[in-house]
Amino acid sequence: MEFFERFAIPHPSPLIYASMVAIGLTMIAIVVGITYFKKWGYLWREWLTTVDHKRIGMMYIISALLMLFRGGADAVMMRLQTAVPDNTFLDAQHYNEVFTTHGVVMIIFMAMAFIIGMMNFVVPLQIGARDVAFPRLNAISFWLYFAGAMLFNISFVIGGSPDAGWTNYFPLAGTEFSETVGVNYYMWALQISGIGTLMTGINFIVTILKMRAPGMTLMKMPMFTWSALITNVIIVFAFPVLTIALLMGTLDRQFGTHFFASTNGGMDMLWANLFWVWGHPEVYILILPAFGIYSEVISTFSQRNLYGYKSMVGSMVLISFMSFLVWVHHFFTMGHGPLVNGIFSITTMAIAVPTGIKIFNWLLTMWKGKIRFTVPMLYSVGFIPLFTIGGVTGVMLAIASADYQYHNTMFLVAHFHNVIIPGVVFAMLAGLTYWWPKMFGFMLNERIGKWGFWFLTVGFCLAFFPMYITGLDGQARRMYTYSEETGFGPLNMLSFFGAGLMAIAFILIVYNVYYSFRYAPRNVGQDPWNARSLEWATPNPVPHYNFSVTPVVNSSEAFWDSKKNGHQLFKDKIDKIHMPNNSGLPIIIAGLFFVFGFSFVFGIWVGVIAAAIGIFGCMAYRTFEKDHGHYIPVEEIQETEMKLEVRNNENR
Amino acid sequence: MKELFPVKQVMGYIFSLVLTAVALSVYFLDMSFEVGLTILLVTAFIQAALQLVFFMHAGESTDKKAIYTNVYYGIAIALVTVFGTLLTLIWGYM
Repeated sequence: MEFFERFAIPHPSPLIYASMVAIGLTMIAIVVGITYFKKWGYLWREWLTTVDHKRIGMMYIISALLMLFRGGADAVMMRLQTAVPDNTFLDAQHYNEVFTTHGVVMIIFMAMAFIIGMMNFVVPLQIGARDVAFPRLNAISFWLYFAGAMLFNISFVIGGSPDAGWTNYFPLAGTEFSETVGVNYYMWALQISGIGTLMTGINFIVTILKMRAPGMTLMKMPMFTWSALITNVIIVFAFPVLTIALLMGTLDRQFGTHFFASTNGGMDMLWANLFWVWGHPEVYILILPAFGIYSEVISTFSQRNLYGYKSMVGSMVLISFMSFLVWVHHFFTMGHGPLVNGIFSITTMAIAVPTGIKIFNWLLTMWKGKIRFTVPMLYSVGFIPLFTIGGVTGVMLAIASADYQYHNTMFLVAHFHNVIIPGVVFAMLAGLTYWWPKMFGFMLNERIGKWGFWFLTVGFCLAFFPMYITGLDGQARRMYTYSEETGFGPLNMLSFFGAGLMAIAFILIVYNVYYSFRYAPRNVGQDPWNARSLEWATPNPVPHYNFSVTPVVNSSEAFWDSKKNGHQLFKDKIDKIHMPNNSGLPIIIAGLFFVFGFSFVFGIWVGVIAAAIGIFGCMAYRTFEKDHGHYIPVEEIQETEMKLEVRNNENR
Repeated sequence: MKELFPVKQVMGYIFSLVLTAVALSVYFLDMSFEVGLTILLVTAFIQAALQLVFFMHAGESTDKKAIYTNVYYGIAIALVTVFGTLLTLIWGYM
């Protein structure tokens, strides 16, 4: 029994016990459901072992939506707790755990999964490739991310959640002040999913550099692919810093080193420093793919080519480098002198310039365009003013001397939600709606989608704009309650109301998927939006080999050229196609990583060693495995293409 | 025969041995901490560049440009990170 005591929750509450029961019941329901409908074989063959970039992308996106639900539930709990003064819905410790979980889940497991899912689905189609460069590595990336996400998500029912904030600053995160295993969970969940992300970064750089269709030079790539390339370059250069920082943190917590201690030659500020050396580029990792999606959507629905292609690319390249030059603005008040703060103030303001260029390019793309206000376009048009407000408050925060006033207040919280929600979340919803017909062969209902957009936008404004005011009035972030005399009450109640509207928006979006799945017509054809780039040249649904014939390209809008300017996309005859084989190894290795991480969190060394041996065993197996993929014969391709054509003709 | 003999690689090999010997001298010769560390840093970076160019064949494929762009980008970011950190946590700290 003693062995199991370590898994007990240090700070239990009825809410947590209720979640425990709910998790148990859900898991039983899933297992029973799959068994009852005899879907295990299907699930294993078609999804769990798949190396198809489209399916991996969809799994990323489904996981991201689940994590959005988890993080969103945390957000609503926080708003509920602070809705009235002296509230007792959550206590201090529980509140700490909730905001920590909210931050980590939303950034690492929701936003990252969403952007990587989008890149997975779209990039190979946009560059005319049949898969990514290393399909099996791609599957490992996904399953490692999933293992990390699950490890993080079980923390609150087994052993206790991390409670030192998503920034996890030492010495608060050290064993002296965080005695439970919570922060260990943080270290290992991020470490495991971070390895997956790093491999994705390498995979996509190689894919984009080496696998473009003939004729597609770098400067003829669609803008989303450009943004994906730059994003992955930043991933490859930023994530190793996180890996090392997490490793040092683990050593500090579990092996008694003093990297981040304030004694014995350690330096507690080093964590904050390393964290933001990764953390600031991470911000751009999140926002650049969003910019890419907006570029695609705005150009499609304005029915014009993207204004200022070269300046778009140039500003992204500039951002990719400058994103590594600004990290100190996250801790202006840590005690460095005016020289340091001055330098990083200036770099921070400078990075607003390339971003501003992009805003003007989008506006000029819409200028005199024939704008169609579809759901993706609504999100994009809503993004521009809201994101600009977030950007302007960002420049306010960049003024180091003024930052002494704003830092650690709700003003900051309002600012970064103001850039991340209209920036990343709106973009992901826009992209999801935009590419939905390509993914699933039907369109999402526009009417429900528009309701969702308005609920989300109004809810967002009501939830976060009041925080600018309370923040300037002195409400500190991460405070679980406040007294009535502060006068923060009414605005916080408004904020809670806004969060409620956002929750309704989420329900509407999910309902829209259900509704459209049941009722939407399936005769959408391959190009329902009258779009411009290459992914729309594939039939609907996309066959697993993507293109029966490799397309030939001579501009960034190859598909538009083929529709309007008589460009011939497919010149060759159908030939046999070489495709990678499915493999169960990725999910097995990720399962072993989960065991490894879980054992490490609790210091169960037998489990750690056994899992490590298993992981190396898998690698050794892979080394000696002969897997040359398979060829799809010409007859099979012709048959598939015929079927797709008949289907599309019937529907017309 | 001449074009079969890998002159470049042999020269690189000898040069990397020399660099190792120079680095080893830090241990055997009596010198101040600063001088020793400088020697180690300089030889280490030359050694790494040598390995990359001669033995990992960085410049010998069609990807030459991409590889070197990546390397230079990586070096730039490493320098920015290291010196930025020193500036933030030590030199500029009040």
